Amino acid sequence: MIESDKSGQGNEPAVHCRGVTRSFGSGEARVMALRGIDLDVRHGELMMLVGPSGCGKTTLISVIAAILDADGGECRVLGEDLGRMRQAAKTAFRRRHIGFVFQSYNLVPALSAAENVAVPLLIRGEREKPAQAAAVRVLEQVGLAERARAMPDQLSGGQQQRVAIARALVHAPDLIVCDEPTSALDHRTGHALMQLMRSIVMENGRSLIIVTHDARIFEFADRIAEMDDGRIVAIGAPEQVHAAVPPAVPVPAPEASRSGGTAA
Amino acid sequence: MLSIALKMLTGNRGKYFAIVSSLAFTSFVMTQQPATFMGIMARTYSFLTDTGRVDLWVMDPKVQFVDDIKPMQDTKLYAVRGVEGVEWAVPLYKGSIRARLDNGTFQNCVLVGLDDASLIGGPARMVEGQLADLRRSESIIVDIDGATNRLARTVNGERVPLAVGDVVELNDHRATVVGLSQASASFQSLPIVYTTYSRAKAFVPAERKLLSFILVKLRPGEDAHAVAQRIRATTGLAAYTWDEFRNLTLHYFLKNTGILINFGLSITLAFLIGAAIAGQTFYAFTLENLRHFGVLKALGAGNWTLAWMVLLQAVVAGGTGYGLGASAVALFSNFVIGANFRFLLIWQIPAAVLAMVLLVCVTTALLSIRRVVRLEPAVVFKS
Repeated sequence: MIESDKSGQGNEPAVHCRGVTRSFGSGEARVMALRGIDLDVRHGELMMLVGPSGCGKTTLISVIAAILDADGGECRVLGEDLGRMRQAAKTAFRRRHIGFVFQSYNLVPALSAAENVAVPLLIRGEREKPAQAAAVRVLEQVGLAERARAMPDQLSGGQQQRVAIARALVHAPDLIVCDEPTSALDHRTGHALMQLMRSIVMENGRSLIIVTHDARIFEFADRIAEMDDGRIVAIGAPEQVHAAVPPAVPVPAPEASRSGGTAA
Repeated sequence: MLSIALKMLTGNRGKYFAIVSSLAFTSFVMTQQPATFMGIMARTYSFLTDTGRVDLWVMDPKVQFVDDIKPMQDTKLYAVRGVEGVEWAVPLYKGSIRARLDNGTFQNCVLVGLDDASLIGGPARMVEGQLADLRRSESIIVDIDGATNRLARTVNGERVPLAVGDVVELNDHRATVVGLSQASASFQSLPIVYTTYSRAKAFVPAERKLLSFILVKLRPGEDAHAVAQRIRATTGLAAYTWDEFRNLTLHYFLKNTGILINFGLSITLAFLIGAAIAGQTFYAFTLENLRHFGVLKALGAGNWTLAWMVLLQAVVAGGTGYGLGASAVALFSNFVIGANFRFLLIWQIPAAVLAMVLLVCVTTALLSIRRVVRLEPAVVFKS
C-alpha cells in the first residue's frame, strides 16, 4: 500500500460540516435533500449514517466525498474547504484523499480483480507494473490474493465487495466513504466484511463513513448519525442512537478509536 | 489509463465485434464501390491504354469519346503531316467487324487497323507471336480474352480457344491468326482484332472515309498544345493529348450514362448506413460504460483523461474495422478480378476511406466525450 499524505490532521476533525444544504430540481419540484447539516467526523472514526430512504444520507456522503457540490454551508474535509475548490481541484482531492466503496461494487467488468484494484493508482499516474504489484498486496490483505486474476463475474458478491474495499484502500486515502456496503451480502458475509473494514481500513487513523440500512452492522460504528428529511436528528454511540442494535461482536479495532464521541 | 480504455473496449467481445464488423463493412463497401467504379471507367478508355501514349490523337472534331468514330478521308493524314512541329503522323482504323464462327453464328469484334509500315498503335503485350507477324498475308492478331471466350470454337462439346494458325472469316474475308495479345478489358467486352490499316480497309465494306484517328509524334521540343492548336487551325480537325482524350471520354460517360449518379448513390448510402451503424454501436457502447466512466471520475480521473480514453477506443475500433475492411477488399479483388470484372484501386481510395472512417469514429467519440464530461460522478451512488 502507498503511504498517504495525511493532510489536515491537526485538532481539526477529518470532516467538519456546518449548515450544509443541498436541493435538487427547481420551482415546485424542488426537493431539499440536506437542510443544514452539522457533522464532525474525527480522524480514525467509523461513522455510520442511518435513516429512511430519501432522508439525504447518500447526498451527504456525496458532498463530503467532493463528488457533489453543496448549495450552502461550510464543508471542510481533511482541512480543505470544498466550497472554495474548483472542479479540477476537487478531482485531484478525490484522487489523493478519498476511497469509495459502492453498494453495487462498480467494478469494471473488463478488468481482473487486480486490475480493478490498481485503477486508483493508474489514475494517479503510477506505472502499470508497480500498480498491479501494489494491488496484489492489498488483495492479500483482504484475503483475495489467489483471485487476483479473476474477472468480476467469476467472483461471489462478498468477494467482489472485498475487491472494491481493496480498490478503496490501495492509494491509502485518508477518508473512505461507503454506500450500503453490506446490503447485497448475507449476514455472515456482511459481518466478515465489517470486521475486515475495522481491522484493515481503519488502521493509520483513517476515517470511515458508512451509509447503511443494515442494523446488523451498527455495532461496528464508533458513532451513528441518524438522519430524517435532510437533517441529523440524533447522533451518538450505537446503543444511544439505536435501541435495536444487535448484540455486540468482538471488534478488533483499538479501543481508543471507539471512545470519546464528538457531537456534531 | 489508456490500457484500461482498451480493455474496456475489447472486454465485451460481442459489442466489440459489432462495432468493428460494422466499421469493416463500411470500409469494405466504401473501398470496393469506388474501385469498381474506377475499374469500369478505366474500361471506357481501354483502347487508349492499349494503343499507348503518342503525343497527339487527331480526329474529327465531332468525336465525343474514343468509341465515337467519325471517319475522315485519308487525305487528312497528309494535311496533318504538313503541320509545323509534327515529326510523323500515322493512320489508325477502329471499327467493328463481324466474325463468322464455326457454328454459323456471328460475333461482333473491334477491328483495329495499324499503320502498315510502322505498326504503331499495336498491342503492347503479346501472349503468343509477334506484332511484326502482321506483315504476313491475311494475318490478324486477336486478344487472348476474345480468343478464349467469344471466338472460341466448340469441338465435341468442348470449347477450344482460337489459336495461332487458325483461320477465321471476317466479313467474308479469310484471316489467319498469327498472334495473341493481352488487351485491357473494354466497356463492351468485344474481342479485339488487330491487322494492318490497308488490310482493315479491305476487310470492311468500302466507304469513302475510313480513317478513324491519326496518331502524331511531335518534333523534339515542340509543345503539344501549341501543335494541337496549329492542327485545328490548319486542318479543322480536333487534336488531343492522351490525357485530354481520356478525360473527354470519361466526361462523356459520366455525363451521359448515369453511372456516376448510380455509383455515387451506392457509395453515399454505404457510407451513411455504415456510419450510422458504427456510430450508434459505438455511442451505445459508451453509454453502457457511462457508469464505469462515472466510477473513474469519482476515483479522481480528470475529464481530459476520460476524453483521451474514449478517443483511443474510437480510433482503435475505427482502425481495426478499417484494417479488416481493407483486407477484405484485397481478398475480394484477388478472387473476382478478371476480364469481366475490372477493379482499379488507386491509393487515393483507401486513403479517403480511412479518413472517412476516422471522421465517423472521432465524431461519435466527441458525442460520447460530451456525455462523459457532463457526467456527474455522483451517479456512482445510484444503485
